[in-house]
Order: sequence, then structure tokens, then C-alpha cells
Amino acid sequence: MKLTGAQLVCESLIKEGVDTIFGLPGGAILPLYQTLPEYSELRHILVRHEQGAAHAADGYARVTGKAGVAWATSGPGATNLITGIATAQMDSVPMVVITGQVSRASIGSDAFQETDTTGISLPVTKHNYLVMDAADIPRIIKEAFHLATTGRPSPVLVDIPKDVFTEEVEYPDGFLYPESIDLPGYKPSLSGNTAQIKRAAKLINQSKKPVILAGHGIIFSGAYKELKGLAEKAQIPVITTLLGISSFPEDHVLSVGMPGMHGVAYASLAIEDADLLIALGMRFDDRITGKPSEFAKTSRKIHVDIDPSEIGKNVPVDVPVVGDVKNVLDKMIEYVESNTHVEWIQHIEKLKSDHPSLQIRDTDKLLPQYIIHELSEATKGKAIMVTGVGQHQMWAAQHYMYTEPRSWVTSGGSGAMGYEVPGAMGAQVGDPTRVVWSIAGDGGFQMTMSELATLVENNIPVKFAIINNNVLGMVRQWQEFFYNKSYVATTYTHNPDFVKLAEAFGMLGIRVTSKNQVKSSIEEAMAYDGPALIDFVVEEEENVYPMIPAGQTIENLIEEPANEEITT
Amino acid sequence: MSTNQNNRHTITALVQDKPGVLNRLSSMFRRRGFNISSLAVGKSEDESLSRMTFVVDGNDKVVEQVTKHLNKLIDVIKVSDISQENIVSRELALIRVKTNSGNRSEVMQIASTFRTNIVDISLDSLIIEVSGNEEKINSLHEVLKGFGVVEIMRTGTIALNRGVQPNKPIVSHNTKYKHENWEEASSV
Repeated sequence: MKLTGAQLVCESLIKEGVDTIFGLPGGAILPLYQTLPEYSELRHILVRHEQGAAHAADGYARVTGKAGVAWATSGPGATNLITGIATAQMDSVPMVVITGQVSRASIGSDAFQETDTTGISLPVTKHNYLVMDAADIPRIIKEAFHLATTGRPSPVLVDIPKDVFTEEVEYPDGFLYPESIDLPGYKPSLSGNTAQIKRAAKLINQSKKPVILAGHGIIFSGAYKELKGLAEKAQIPVITTLLGISSFPEDHVLSVGMPGMHGVAYASLAIEDADLLIALGMRFDDRITGKPSEFAKTSRKIHVDIDPSEIGKNVPVDVPVVGDVKNVLDKMIEYVESNTHVEWIQHIEKLKSDHPSLQIRDTDKLLPQYIIHELSEATKGKAIMVTGVGQHQMWAAQHYMYTEPRSWVTSGGSGAMGYEVPGAMGAQVGDPTRVVWSIAGDGGFQMTMSELATLVENNIPVKFAIINNNVLGMVRQWQEFFYNKSYVATTYTHNPDFVKLAEAFGMLGIRVTSKNQVKSSIEEAMAYDGPALIDFVVEEEENVYPMIPAGQTIENLIEEPANEEITT
Repeated sequence: MSTNQNNRHTITALVQDKPGVLNRLSSMFRRRGFNISSLAVGKSEDESLSRMTFVVDGNDKVVEQVTKHLNKLIDVIKVSDISQENIVSRELALIRVKTNSGNRSEVMQIASTFRTNIVDISLDSLIIEVSGNEEKINSLHEVLKGFGVVEIMRTGTIALNRGVQPNKPIVSHNTKYKHENWEEASSV
């Protein structure tokens, strides 16, 4: 039998267990689209903008753990994907992206909709391919999924010229998908070196004041049980990074919460007071370390990560362990002795009571923190929370009680505003059984709100909570704190009517302006069969606390608003 | 863990001989802010693989990051920092020196002292082909500056480990930064 390049792509995707593709057609990828009706196993979700396809594939991957798949045409289709690819790359999210390219003979001629996609995507992918022979497609797709999902998860891009999609390949005995992979330059260490694991365990056993820093690696390796096992066996408090949120239940007695720039003060203080940091699948991001040379200077450090290049990159480490954190913890627990750390845990409890970072002011005003708190109550901490980037993201990280794995979907490293709409779409498609709330800023929401049409069209029932302060709030906060209250280009003097907008898209729209409407509006949105949006009109001047300014240390912690601000 | 002295490191890498590989490497160096002072590429003993030699200036931490990030590239098979090992390193240079009938023989005498070849002689210049380690080429260049160096073309350093030598322990080279052995190497 003969199969075209386009058929080979579909056959290979099916072999990889792909069920959903987010995409938008165009000239160069058209032969692939025209083949799609032959493959009913592949659900295609037609987005309104390619950035939406990439973020949706990313949200899908964060919720399922499987590689998300997005595709688009050449030129502008491909470049519109880049923000989403970079977002996935920064947060180690597995994704396979396919782009159409101009025909082989036209490459390099500045043809219509030609862009050097492999060149542009090179720095934001783990690897990428330009396919010059249709016969290579199955091997390349197999490698792409292997690279995307093993080792440190990442996006991989496959660029396919239009005439490669139509090129026929002879398969005398029917389609054959390669069984093995030959990538001599790719051998991630997964198991973790036993000697290093023993040395790490020894440090843990000697430690009087250990803390665990749990990152995204816990979630992508599925090491919840192992993390809990280690923490409980030796009674070690667990701090979760922004992306580590939901890797450890926050209602657990050992949960300390998020440290860093907008983390709770007691988590940042616990890091400073600890004598041992056990960093698991995290990368000492600058939002945590502030000033790396001053960060946790007195403690020893164990760093478990699957990517050797992360070890020693930002912070010097005493015991590195390269491996999959699930495997490493599984072995490590054996060598770790039971412990109680009574004094240390008491000390952390005292830090918590001395620095109650997350108290919500008692006021009649509609506060964003209160909205998140009410969402947490209404969903019993079991919803999937997707956010954009900025103040609302930090409040959502702080004031929701995360108890289930894969409940927190946010653009961390890249900080891509606009993630909240398509990211939530991907999350809901990935897990239709759970309630998905998108916590949106009015700024970011307007960057990608065209995907509301996609949600309605496909009846993807995401619930939106727009924290609408008519301002780019986090930027405004920086202007207030660090630029002498010089508010340049942060206020939206005319935002659209988000309720009418929701209705125009065919969704339920609710406006909330006072505190007593919050509960009932959340209930109404959740009871509604389909996507719904609540426009929470909140205070413009509200700031995120605590805050450690960028590049600074715990000494510079701003714990709460200055007095004149609390008078409300 | 690491000393912070700036050192010159010689790093070799065995890479897949595929289109775009050099771009992947140079893109990584650029985006991570690593400086390479020279880079030489050529076929290896295996037809499908190329061998590259990088000379990198930086402290141990920087060089450790360079080797790890090189290793992370899918098309890179093996990376070795051979700076501390017993190596042979060579560079080739072509130097065009301004000469006239008055000083030509003096230049040729210098060239001969440095055991080089004269590969072109014209009325106003000659080209010297010199191979050797970096220092040798640098010192010849210095001496010739007095006559006028019109152009110089250097290949960048290439390097290989020496073979097993009597009375010397066998150095287990080439494995230091391979993924599977990395943890032992990084033990502190």
C-alpha cells in the first residue's frame, strides 16, 4: 500500500496515543487537513489564533501528563505558536508541535508564508526537525514524542514541507511504525546514582532543620506518594515552588506553602533558617532565590533533578542527584531514618503564627483574595485552577487550598499573559471530569479572548473569574513600589463590557461588584451547562503581599501594606 | 565546589554530521552567554559523526555549564573537557607577510627557525604555513608583526588525547560529563 506524508503523520500520531490536536489550517499544512477526515480517532479543535493552539496543548499536557499536540501552517501560523512553545519550554511541559512549511524546492527563496521555523524555534525547543523525505516521518514523530516526554519534558517541533505531506511512501506489508529509537546522543539518567542517594540520605539523617523544596518535577514524574512518604517518614516540612503547587496537599500538617517573591513569609524564612534544603525537581528560579549569592547561605543543599545542567547553575549544591525524582525518592526513602524534628516543626509553626501572610482584610470591599478564597471553598480545593500572569496569578497561588495533584496550571517561567483562556481550554479538554476555573486578569484575558468562540463551539465548559481592576495590576504595583507611583501605560481607561462580551460569544456572563454576590455567582456559573464568565469588578489599588523585591533578600521583605493602605 | 579562576579549556565533542548541527551548538553558546575563543570542526573516524574542538575561556563553573549544555543537545554524542589531560593540540595558520627584496631572506630565515613552510612568494609578500600549538603561532605572529602582517587565517585548535604511556596511569578520559556518569564526576 501507499501512504502519503500526511497519512503517515496521522498514523504515527495514533500510534503515539494522541486523541486531540489543537490547530488552525493554512496553505502549507492543507494536505494534512484534507487527510484528517480519514482518521476519526483524532479530534481536532479549531482555534481562533495559533497562540491559542500552543497554550491549549500546553494546558492539556499539564493536566494529563501526556504530550500536548498543536499544529499550524507555515510563516505566521508557525510564528504565532512560538509564545506557547517558549512557555512550555520554560516550564518543562511535553508538547509536540507540527508546522507546515513551503515546498522543498521553495525553501530559502522567501516564498509566500515562508519562515525559517526550525531556526526560530531552535532556542525554545528541546529538539526540532525539518522533514525532507516523507519516509522519515514515522521515525521522526516517534523520536519527537520520545524526546518530548522522557528525560526533562519539553516541546519538540516537526516542520514538514507541503510537498512532503503529499509525497507517497510504499509500505508493501501495510504501515509499519518503528519499534525502537536510535538516538545515541540522548540517554537521560533516570535511576539516580545509588552512592549519591546514600550521601543525600546521610545528610537528611544528620539534619536538625531540613526542608523540602518541591517543584514541577514532582508532578511530571508523578512522585506525589514518594514525596509524601519522605516528608512523613522523617517529618520534613514541604515548601512548594510556584509550579510545584499541587504536588503536596496543602491541608497536610507538613505543608508550608510557596516561598519567594510573593510567597508566604514563613516559607521564605523557613528556607533561611533551615540547615538542609532538599530540592526536588525544581531549578532555583530567581523568583525564589532573589539574590542567589545571599540565598540560604548557611544550609547544605541536596538537589535532585533530571537535567544535569540545572545542578549548580543558579545555586551551589552539596549533593547532586541526577535522575527521575520518583525513582530517586523511592530509593532514598529506604536510607532515610524516621525522625520527628519536633523543635524544628514547632519553630515553623511559630513562624506561621508570627507572620500570618495570607490573612484577608476584614472589609466590605470586594477583594481579589476573598474571591479566590470563596472559589476554594465552593470547589473544596478540587478544581483545576488555570491562571494568567500577574497579581491575580499570585492571589490564586496563595489563597486557594490545593489538595489534588495537577490542580494548578500556570505559566511560571515564561510568565505569558494570555495563557488563562487557551490554557484553561486545554486543561478542560485534558480532563473533562473536573471543574476548570480560569482565574484571569482583565489584561491577559483580552490578549487571547478570541478562544471563547472555540470554547462555545466545542462546548468546553470552562468557568472564568476575571479579576477586573481595569489595570495591568502587577506592573502598576511595580510602578507604585519602585517607580515613585508614576503610572505609565498601565491603566485601561476603556475596557469592554465583559458580560456583554461573554453573551456575544454565547456564554453566560455575570457581573459582580460587591462581596455579597460572590458566593451566589460562583454557584450560578458552576451550575450552568457550558462556559461561563464572572466579571469581578475589584479595587484597582490592591497589591500582592508579601513581596521580596526582585534581586533582593528576605531582609527586604515587605510583609504587609503600609498603614495608610489598610484604613479601608 | 569549584574554583573561580579563569582558565583556558579545551573541550572536544563528537556530534552527528547532520545539517544544522553547528547552528544548534552556536545558538546554545550565544543564548547561554558562553564565549568560545576558537572552534574547529571536521569529519571523525566514523563517517556519520563530526568531531569538534572548542577552546573556551571561563572559570570552572562556566566550563561545567558549557559541557552540560553541550551534552543536552540531542545531536551531541559525547563531550570531553580534556584540558587537564595529556593531550596533543595543534592549530594551522596561514600568514601573509609584507616583504621586499631587502628583507625577504630574513623573513624566510625566521620562518625556517619556526619550522614552517613558505607556500607562496610574490614580489611584495609571502605566505607562511605554520602548524603548532597556539603559543607557537602567537609568537611567530608577534615576530612577523615587525615586517607587516597583511593577513592571517587561523583554523582554531584541534586536540586529541595522547595514547597510553609507560609508567603513567591510564586516564579514564572522555566519560567525565556523559549523562550516565555525570553524578560521580560531580561529587564534591
